[in-house]
Amino acid sequence: MINSIKELPAEELVYGSMACAGCGGNLALRLALKVLGKNTVVVTTASCLMGVTTFYPQLAFGVTCVTSVFPGTGAVVSGVVAGLKRKGREDVNVLGFVGDGGTVDIGLQALSGAMERGEKFIWLCYDNEAYMNTGTQRSGATPYGAITSTTPGGPNEMWENRPKKDMLAIAVDHGIPYVASASIAYPDDYIKKIQKAMQAPGPAYIQVLAPCPPGWGHATSQTVAMGRLAVQTGIWPLAEHEQGEFRFTHRPVNRKPVGEYLNQQGRFAHLSPETVSAIQADVDAKWDKFNSGCGF
Amino acid sequence: MFERKFINGNAAVAHAVRMIQPEVIAAYPITPQSTIVEKVAEFIAQGELDAEYIKVESEHSALAACFGAVSAGCRVFTATSSQGLAYMCEMLPYVSGNRMPMVMAVANRGMAAPWTIWGDHQDSVSMRDQGWIQLYVENAQEAFDTCLQAYLLSEDSAVRTPVMVCLDGFVVSHTDELVELPDLQAVQQFLPTYQPLYSIDPATPFTFSIGVAPDRYMEYKYSQQLGMDAALHLIPQISARFAAIFGREQAGLIDAYRCADAEYVLVTMGSVTGTARVVADKLRSSGLKTGVLKVRSFRPFPSKALVEVLSQVKGIGILDRNYSFGNQGALGTEVKAALAGNTAQQQIINFIAGLGGRDIKPSDLELMYQKIVQAVELDTVAQPVEFIGLRG
Ligand SMILES: Cc1ncc(C[n+]2csc(CCOP(=O)(O)OP(=O)(O)O)c2C)c(N)n1
Ligand code: SF4
Ligand SMILES: [Mg+2]
Repeated sequence: MINSIKELPAEELVYGSMACAGCGGNLALRLALKVLGKNTVVVTTASCLMGVTTFYPQLAFGVTCVTSVFPGTGAVVSGVVAGLKRKGREDVNVLGFVGDGGTVDIGLQALSGAMERGEKFIWLCYDNEAYMNTGTQRSGATPYGAITSTTPGGPNEMWENRPKKDMLAIAVDHGIPYVASASIAYPDDYIKKIQKAMQAPGPAYIQVLAPCPPGWGHATSQTVAMGRLAVQTGIWPLAEHEQGEFRFTHRPVNRKPVGEYLNQQGRFAHLSPETVSAIQADVDAKWDKFNSGCGF
Repeated sequence: MFERKFINGNAAVAHAVRMIQPEVIAAYPITPQSTIVEKVAEFIAQGELDAEYIKVESEHSALAACFGAVSAGCRVFTATSSQGLAYMCEMLPYVSGNRMPMVMAVANRGMAAPWTIWGDHQDSVSMRDQGWIQLYVENAQEAFDTCLQAYLLSEDSAVRTPVMVCLDGFVVSHTDELVELPDLQAVQQFLPTYQPLYSIDPATPFTFSIGVAPDRYMEYKYSQQLGMDAALHLIPQISARFAAIFGREQAGLIDAYRCADAEYVLVTMGSVTGTARVVADKLRSSGLKTGVLKVRSFRPFPSKALVEVLSQVKGIGILDRNYSFGNQGALGTEVKAALAGNTAQQQIINFIAGLGGRDIKPSDLELMYQKIVQAVELDTVAQPVEFIGLRG
């Protein structure tokens, strides 16, 4: 068991990626592959991270990577798992590495099929809360109040008016052995979860919050800070659901006000104090549920 | 050695799959294809075929799963029809662009709306430009034979292109006929186990299906054409080899029936070909020099072989069970393009018939021949694209 990032191997299995400075998704991928090691196949799809790692000649993966269509990653994963089984290579880790759009929206059907079939694979959703690759359009994972390029600000208040789709609960409801939320700002927690996913006897789903400086509107130096604030304000709880048991892996003692997180990001800059209070009330209600014993 | 079974086209395909022994199968039910994958599942359940059967939740996923399994180095199989093929559309060029060997059976069915379960070629013909080889068969035996040949073709190192084996919905898929099934050994002698060029191996990591800039993209597309060129060359050779081993003549790229001295030829694809031959025979006995030219390989399109047969023919009818709205039938366009520059004086009519499963009766075919003869006699074509069998 690797308990800390200090114990991670120095070797990079994603190297030469063209991601922006401060890309949370790139960090999530690098860390995950350091844990998973070389005996891994990455299946990825249309997304920022595919764009910045698989564009010839600057191929950034030090492990095998299979890219495919945006809605189909879950099925490609199943095909790879079945194929490797035929070839007697069930020892290989199969990692679906997919954005929030490719997970909660267009890829949901194929992912649902794969989870239901129960094959052994890890699905790592790096969640930057919008379609970043195509220019920060909203996704089902975009949080309430956010401005994106398809939910713009302006007098008609078109900003995102629906809550973030609860993919963690959807994954749990598929009855898979391991579901976890994670953050690039809590790498020790994250790498432990990757290892649990590796050990899971079937599908493992991890959703890692991955701040995106251009999409969220914060400085490239603030990626980790934003990730940390999301957890400290209680907006993004760190927890896991393992073999039917839910537990927090990190519990903020005194939750910070959500404004501390929202106020530092361009996408929330338009929010009135009333809206910030409404978001605070939502987060509080969510924690009331957690405190009364509810899981994801 | 062979066994004779009274089975339909779908069962013939399933038996072919049993002998071809794909390692991974992923498919989703749709009429008139469903009984193929039901039968394949039954073979696996009965222990007659050893394959991973991925129970996918859609056709898009069926082809995506096959794509994943080919990446892992496996021989795969899938099948679909109509709306299912349309749903797969996004995956089709992903498979062909990656030069992945694969065979898919398409039990042809018209496209909604209006919704229909009956056969025409609109589904596969509208996928013509997705980089897949397309072979059209006319009966259950040819469906069986062509599946075997399709794998050899698709897996050939110079071809490496996926193949659709297209059989007419119901007329072929659901009509029982006597089919000769060879024994497994003969099939294995004809079709060796699949040797992938590249496959997933953690010891030698590759990135499969990369992105490229304009300075490289065209070369990839050109290489796909080279694969098609190789297929054009290989299809007749594979058919000849098949005939030598199994003792049944095969169509190759095209099948020319009584065309050698023919003055009037009807160009067809699929199951209508058999009826057309009967009609041509009948007209021959009344003194008309009629022939039938079946196109088995629609992609690659056998322009040269076609022109060799048709260059001296006086009147040509091209029968399409599909339609490119705003123009004409797809086969019509292709045959005319192949004949462009041919100096002989010819009259050509593109007939559209049999859409959405409408019967093409012998009398319809006779009418087509009459129209060709008339055009030759008048030295002009009154209507270059004509729907036959419309309700009055
Ligand atoms: C079928 C299809 N529709 C649309 C696209 C365009 N597209 C490419 S990436 C992308 C958004 C990706 O969003 P997400 O999965 O959240 O990953 P991110 O880029 O945000 O990291 C879209 C809409 C596509 N490639 N395929
Ligand atoms: S836009 Fe965001 S997600 Fe995309 S590479 Fe840049 S930082 Fe990463
Ligand atoms: Mg995203």
